[in-house]
Amino acid sequence: MQERVKARAIELLESGVRVLGWKAGEFFYDVTPAVFTSREEIEKEFVFGPFCGANMSKYLIAESRKEGRVGVFLKPCDTYSFQQLQKEHRIWRENVYAVGVQCEGMCDIEAIRSAGIKGILGVDGDGSTLTVHTLYGDKTIARKDALAERCACCKSKKMLGCDELLGEQGEELDSARFDQVEKLEAMTPDERFAFWRKELSRCIRCNACRNVCPACSCEKCVFDNPNSGVENKAAANSFEENLFHIIRAFHVAGRCTDCGECSRVCPQHIPLHLLNRKFIKDINELYGGYQAGADMETRPPLTNFQMDDPEPSVVHERGSEQ
Amino acid sequence: MKKYPVSQLDSLFAAIAAKQRLYIPAGEAKTAAFQPWEEGMRLTAALNTVRSAKDLFFPQVENLVNFKVTGKQIEVIENRDPAEPFVVFGVRACDCRSFEILDKVFLCDPVDTYYETRRACGTVVTLACTEPEETCFCTAFGIDPTDPAGDVSCWISGEDLYLRANTEKGEALLGGLEMLEEGGEPVTDKTVFDRLPLQNLPLDKFGGEHMMELFRRAEWAGLAESCLGCGACTFVCPTCQCYDIKEFNTGDEIKRFRCWDSCMYSDFTLMSAGQPRPTQLERFRQRFMHKLVYYPSTHDGEFGCVGCGRCLQKCPISMNIVKVAKTLGEEKP
Repeated sequence: MQERVKARAIELLESGVRVLGWKAGEFFYDVTPAVFTSREEIEKEFVFGPFCGANMSKYLIAESRKEGRVGVFLKPCDTYSFQQLQKEHRIWRENVYAVGVQCEGMCDIEAIRSAGIKGILGVDGDGSTLTVHTLYGDKTIARKDALAERCACCKSKKMLGCDELLGEQGEELDSARFDQVEKLEAMTPDERFAFWRKELSRCIRCNACRNVCPACSCEKCVFDNPNSGVENKAAANSFEENLFHIIRAFHVAGRCTDCGECSRVCPQHIPLHLLNRKFIKDINELYGGYQAGADMETRPPLTNFQMDDPEPSVVHERGSEQ
Repeated sequence: MKKYPVSQLDSLFAAIAAKQRLYIPAGEAKTAAFQPWEEGMRLTAALNTVRSAKDLFFPQVENLVNFKVTGKQIEVIENRDPAEPFVVFGVRACDCRSFEILDKVFLCDPVDTYYETRRACGTVVTLACTEPEETCFCTAFGIDPTDPAGDVSCWISGEDLYLRANTEKGEALLGGLEMLEEGGEPVTDKTVFDRLPLQNLPLDKFGGEHMMELFRRAEWAGLAESCLGCGACTFVCPTCQCYDIKEFNTGDEIKRFRCWDSCMYSDFTLMSAGQPRPTQLERFRQRFMHKLVYYPSTHDGEFGCVGCGRCLQKCPISMNIVKVAKTLGEEKP
């Protein structure tokens, strides 16, 4: 796939568009989103491989407003963000040429490190076992253990709203992505409170989750605005960080496509995606199945009034049974 | 040189903690942190903690002073944390060097007394590295990870922990630990450090001499273009030292506190005339110019980076000081 994507990137460039893709780093895994403007750059530095986890959709907010067209490569889950951002009128679609790229799931270097593998220099193998070359010799890891969490429970291989596809169009999958949410729901309120207090206590308020999130696209976040009265660079007490994440989860509710970027970038490995998945699961249960970004037409349940919508008392009823 | 069996580290930690608060790097590898030691707590398997050891001297948030207003009276209430002696064990050579860099900022005139008090209270016990990560490049800054500084230096070699006091504070700490035996020398294998992929950073062009030339380099635009403007790099960095001072109305009084700030943020050094670095390009450039040019230009050529590799592992878009140094520092053909 790497070669096909690269060849297509060169064709697109030569047809007169800038190309947004992944740029090689010092190692095999530290790729950086970049706009390519020359054939040499693409030939030397463009990569598409198992460590290209970064979702390019959010960059299109700025890139599509520039002069000329931008070509972009999107993995199936990225296309949901791409479509959701169009629905919110954040991307200027006419300035974008979108190429969907079939994806077999992305690996997460942090997952490999968490398996106790140190000094990682390279990864080989396309079967169920990966060989990891390290400063301390070769190690092996099962591919499923090297996958990013969001890819291990991938919700869909379908590519939406693209101008062309590279590889096979996929299907929505019967994903196990709500399993962990169910575990949290099965806890007592005190246990759940303790779980989140512990996880969120590690937050360093770096804002990486917010800044990478395609649903967080406000021009100026309220938390960055000194005039808002709630602007904060660090918490004045230990509950503030908790509230920051809860408020953010509410703000993106109904718009979050579950792309998982928040948890990928968290330097403290806080499972932030579980907050969003809980909202998604609740929306599915209360308003019927809804997937943000899945289409351009349906109205999001939280901004669409219907006579059979649940009454506010549902909060109390559901709260007491959990 | 003193020595103690690694298998009985628990008793050593207990003996230290009986006299003063002890911090050790603990927890799962992916969330390792310096934590107050308690019974049963083990050293982490991670080479380094997510946040650096600077937290113990320059915490993310600290109270400075409170103001209480009653009628026309304003009472100023000293509100600093109590000064208590503590020991931090297991600091790596890179983090230990970062204290020297921070000292030059906080202990020059006018002295930052909050930082000064913590430095005076803390005894730093370092631990030599044996298994570096591929992201390590401390040797590029002249740091020897196998012979770390600090009040006490430690090595784990075979079945034993070797300890060497380097300062009076270190002597006092080791002198009070009767269980330590007189020991020989640890065996140090340096070969792996010669294989580290990032050890030869092209740093010759950096420092104060080429300041404006580096500032004006066209490559900054490409380096900064996909920066998200988050503060992950600055907040895991052992040498980032910028802070903001803010006030918080508790309803009862005004709490003045300081907290880490990040030059990557849009409101960093925001003033009445506006933001001096209006786009992410200028903010990004500021961070790396500070580490590689501004700091050395005012501190005898010493760089403001210790090569711990945290920013390499944590940046959401994998842009970091190594890529910047290589892009700007390598001679163009």
